[in-house]
Amino acid sequence: MASQAGQDAKFFQRGKIQEFRAELHAAESKDKKFTKRRMVLKKIVANITMGNDMSPLFSDVVQCLGIPSLEIKKMVYLFLVCYGRSKSDQINMVIPSFLQDCNDRNPLIRALAIRTMSYIPVPAVLEPLTEQLRHCLKDRDPYVRKTAAISVAKLYTADPRKAEKGKFVEMLRDLLLDSNATVVSNAVAALSEIGDRQDGVTFRLNLTVANKLLTALGESSEWGQIYILDSLLRYVPEKHEDAELMAERVVVQLGHANSAVVLTSIKVLLYLMNYMENRKLMDYLCKKMGPPLVTILSSGPEVQYVALRNILLIIQRRPSVLKNDVKVFFCKYNDPIYVKLAKLEIMYRLAREENAREVLAELQEYASEVDVDFVRKSVRAIGRVAIKVEAAADSCIKALLELIETKVTYVVQEAVIVIKDVFRRYPGKYEGIIPTLCENLDALDEPESKAAMVWIIGQFANRIDNADELMDDLTFGFMDEPVEVQFALLTAAVKLFIYKSQSETSKNIVHKVLKWTTEEVDNPDLRDRGFMYWRMLAMNPAIASEVVLAEKPAITNDSDRMDRGALDQLLLHTGTLGSIYHKNPETFIRGAAGRALTDSPALNPLSRQVLVPLARPSLPQAVQVAGPGPVEPVHRADTLIPSGPDKPTPTVPQDLIDDVDAEGEDSGDAGGIGHGYSAGGDEEDEEEHASKPLSSDPYAGLDSAFGGSGASNGGKKGKGGKEEDLLF
Amino acid sequence: MISAFFIFNQKGEVLISRLYRTDLKRSIADVFRIQVVSNSDVRSPIVTLGSTSFFHVKINNLYIVAVTKCNANAALVFEYCYRFISIAKSYFGKVDEEAVKNNFVLIYELIDEINDFGYPQNSEIDTLKTYITTESIMSTATAVEESSKITTQATGATSWRRADVKYKKNEAFVDVVETVNLSMSAKGTILRADVDGHILMRAYLSGSPVCKFGLNDKLVIDKSERGMGDAVELDDCRFHQCVRLDEFDSDRTISFIPPDGEFELMKYRSTSNVKLPLRVIPTVNEIGTTQVSYVVTVKTNFSNKLSATNVVLRIPTPLNTTTVDCKVPSGKAKYVPAENVVVWKIPRIQGGSEVTFSGHAQLTSTTTRQVWARPPIDVDFQVLMFTASGLIVRFLKVFEKSGYNSIKWVRYLTKASGSYQIRF
Repeated sequence: MASQAGQDAKFFQRGKIQEFRAELHAAESKDKKFTKRRMVLKKIVANITMGNDMSPLFSDVVQCLGIPSLEIKKMVYLFLVCYGRSKSDQINMVIPSFLQDCNDRNPLIRALAIRTMSYIPVPAVLEPLTEQLRHCLKDRDPYVRKTAAISVAKLYTADPRKAEKGKFVEMLRDLLLDSNATVVSNAVAALSEIGDRQDGVTFRLNLTVANKLLTALGESSEWGQIYILDSLLRYVPEKHEDAELMAERVVVQLGHANSAVVLTSIKVLLYLMNYMENRKLMDYLCKKMGPPLVTILSSGPEVQYVALRNILLIIQRRPSVLKNDVKVFFCKYNDPIYVKLAKLEIMYRLAREENAREVLAELQEYASEVDVDFVRKSVRAIGRVAIKVEAAADSCIKALLELIETKVTYVVQEAVIVIKDVFRRYPGKYEGIIPTLCENLDALDEPESKAAMVWIIGQFANRIDNADELMDDLTFGFMDEPVEVQFALLTAAVKLFIYKSQSETSKNIVHKVLKWTTEEVDNPDLRDRGFMYWRMLAMNPAIASEVVLAEKPAITNDSDRMDRGALDQLLLHTGTLGSIYHKNPETFIRGAAGRALTDSPALNPLSRQVLVPLARPSLPQAVQVAGPGPVEPVHRADTLIPSGPDKPTPTVPQDLIDDVDAEGEDSGDAGGIGHGYSAGGDEEDEEEHASKPLSSDPYAGLDSAFGGSGASNGGKKGKGGKEEDLLF
Repeated sequence: MISAFFIFNQKGEVLISRLYRTDLKRSIADVFRIQVVSNSDVRSPIVTLGSTSFFHVKINNLYIVAVTKCNANAALVFEYCYRFISIAKSYFGKVDEEAVKNNFVLIYELIDEINDFGYPQNSEIDTLKTYITTESIMSTATAVEESSKITTQATGATSWRRADVKYKKNEAFVDVVETVNLSMSAKGTILRADVDGHILMRAYLSGSPVCKFGLNDKLVIDKSERGMGDAVELDDCRFHQCVRLDEFDSDRTISFIPPDGEFELMKYRSTSNVKLPLRVIPTVNEIGTTQVSYVVTVKTNFSNKLSATNVVLRIPTPLNTTTVDCKVPSGKAKYVPAENVVVWKIPRIQGGSEVTFSGHAQLTSTTTRQVWARPPIDVDFQVLMFTASGLIVRFLKVFEKSGYNSIKWVRYLTKASGSYQIRF
């Protein structure tokens, strides 16, 4: 580019349109080697970057296209990409120049021309583009072909009908068999993008094509490898051997230096394992996946974070992958906080009898660090280890008591919360520590910890001598407590009364509390419960005691494990945003494609049994959130991990996003609904219907029943009468 | 895929803004500025608002940001940001606000080449430098032939190497650089000790040479020459794009056609029999509430022919420390109040010797009794010609059809920076 490269900072100054225009015109004469105009154009590009509207200069800048300098041409093209859409009335001026470049002898120029044209999605450009694209897809130079492949994806985004009518999708499919691996991988990327659209054609692979893609894998760039690997999830193995052979070819990619190649390979392997039978091979694959995952932990912190969130999912589905590696998840003091929190969640899940001592020692160390959130979660993790590993429970409780000794309020509160669960896990074993807990009543000022303590007092009122005194103190400010605590107090008061029905104090307390809940409290649930207890106590205290003090189901150690079907589904998104938030993408990203395991004779029976069919896109409803508060989009069963250190959550302050979002809106689906049910019942319509991104549709519920099978059956698509399957 | 790419400075000003897709507007940059740049407590490298996700990597005073509106492959997005940084480093020498501003036009050209519609494309530095240059290119007929060569290379099976490389003297330098990670408990037990190894190569070789590379890899040695000296057990190896992964998988041969110039050939990890070059023995006592006494001994644990250089110990002190008096036999020790540490710099420690720091920290009395978190002591150092894993390069063979001789050099370096931690 500029011979005086590295000196461009001076152009970062706000300028006026008039000045630039004058400078451009003045530069037309005596502009040796075009240096003057190049300078002006740089100023203009700098101003575009700073957010100044340079579009009034459209016709002046376009004049520069005649200059035989590649650098100037690229700057003008950049300008066109930025303002071409808003100046569609003037874009005609540049078409001849584009066309000339499309037919240049230099392949770099040809590629540059179609790349730029396809970035300007207005009819005046798309029209001539389709003609040129047809040639470029068959250009003799692979660089032009690979650029053309991506341009098809751009064309499809701008005008799906035009792309389909022009048979571009078929041409892309032909490129899958191109002799050049880069062309193949870009064609795969483009097809995947089109296939993921709600209104796009379905993109699936058969064994022959999948194998052909695997051959191209070795010669592709690292990014190309990712596109190809990712597309392998579109192939559904019909036989165990097919899945097994393919996995053997993919497994070598685990040695790649690029962590995205590694994670995508792991995604493919985990997917294929659902269709395998050979236990030995599966064990081998699990063994092969562990070390590369650990190695990613020495990459940059951002990639570590991605890997850690995925490991958390992988070890739940395939515990043998990293079962002996808990040490690598120990936090370094200077790890970023998001890495530490992600490691913490993995650590306690990998805790077993053999390593519990080391894990506990680490957790104790973390509990004295500075970051409040991290400390709290460490304390919680100690409790979870106690629940998970019976042999370590004693030392965990000891550790928790030591932490309570520190009197740091948030540590004490967390400790109380987890101890409540420990009591339930090991009934009759640790109640001796209750007095220590009671000493710290004053430190509890958060609803969750206070409610936990109240629960403990109520539950063990028969063992706590001064339970009635404590309850009397606690109920003193009843009306000012948060609802969570009020619920706990109500139940505890009833329990206390049942245990100590002779005590005057306890009678007073229960009376007081019942009166408040039924007469003064506004919360209807709480009031209802108050009435219920009151009537029970009034009618038959014996039965009341049976109900209130009923035996609780034991807390088990895998209560924090995700449901298998949900896991299978989430793992199809390994390495992506969905795997980081542990949510299916269609639940939090507008228009995102969901994935589900496809049934085939090779699918293992258990996976089939728990198979979660594809959910319908439900996001548009979640979008109606008012106000900027962080709101969880659609709460699904699979996202419920009880208590545990919680996960990062995408927040949805919609009003912030929506005004910058304009183009994201889908339009024109009103017509589609009519079509959706008028044809009634047909497979094809179910699918067509399911692809509508609008869930205010009153018939939305009907379709989910067909969601899974609809996707696996061939059929005609409504529009254009084209084959739904891209590949046979 | 990636919808937009931005570079922000510390103040949140946009230095580079490239929208690859029309599903976003430029004003999305303001959202990032509000949510991340001006937020003092950002707890994730990914921020998702509605359907829009911001991925950011911080480097020097810059934010490199990719924005997506789909279920993007997060690993790919971050690897792409890292790659952008390494390309920028190679082009401009450094990546900071000044370098970005001074080369913004070139950056626009680059990010249009390495990314199309949000899909990362060929990003091999060597190839990029043949056609994204700092010199003006005229689009004349003579350039056509040259361009065809470039396009073939940019899309070819060895996209990382030009075919016409020529050197008078054919040389290859191999640097084995090992980073030791250590976490030692207050009782002196090793919680975690492992080695992240990087093998960097600088190849100045003519033509298209095929290289074969051999290590004292246990799996290879056990198979062929039994009982041959020390072999190391590598937990995991990952290779540059140029290495034939299928060959490594079948018989653990490392074979490749190298890129021209400098590149990272492989990364590995080793966890067994890690030789710790430095042993740190701290004794730290809190005397009442006003004083802390320190005795920290550093012992070198390797041959006396070698030495550790640039040793830096960072010894934490309580937050309410006023002064620390330090006594050291060598190097300089200084209390740095801003970071609450004593920094002890020792230019060189010979193998098989030891040095001891002793000191007292004076504390001000505070009204609230705060427990001191006792962060670990952190040690940075370098030891030349030593590998903590025990790894040795056994051979590097170069085969080229013209049959020239080549000279090879191997260097070893073991170091720690920010990851060698001793609790007390």
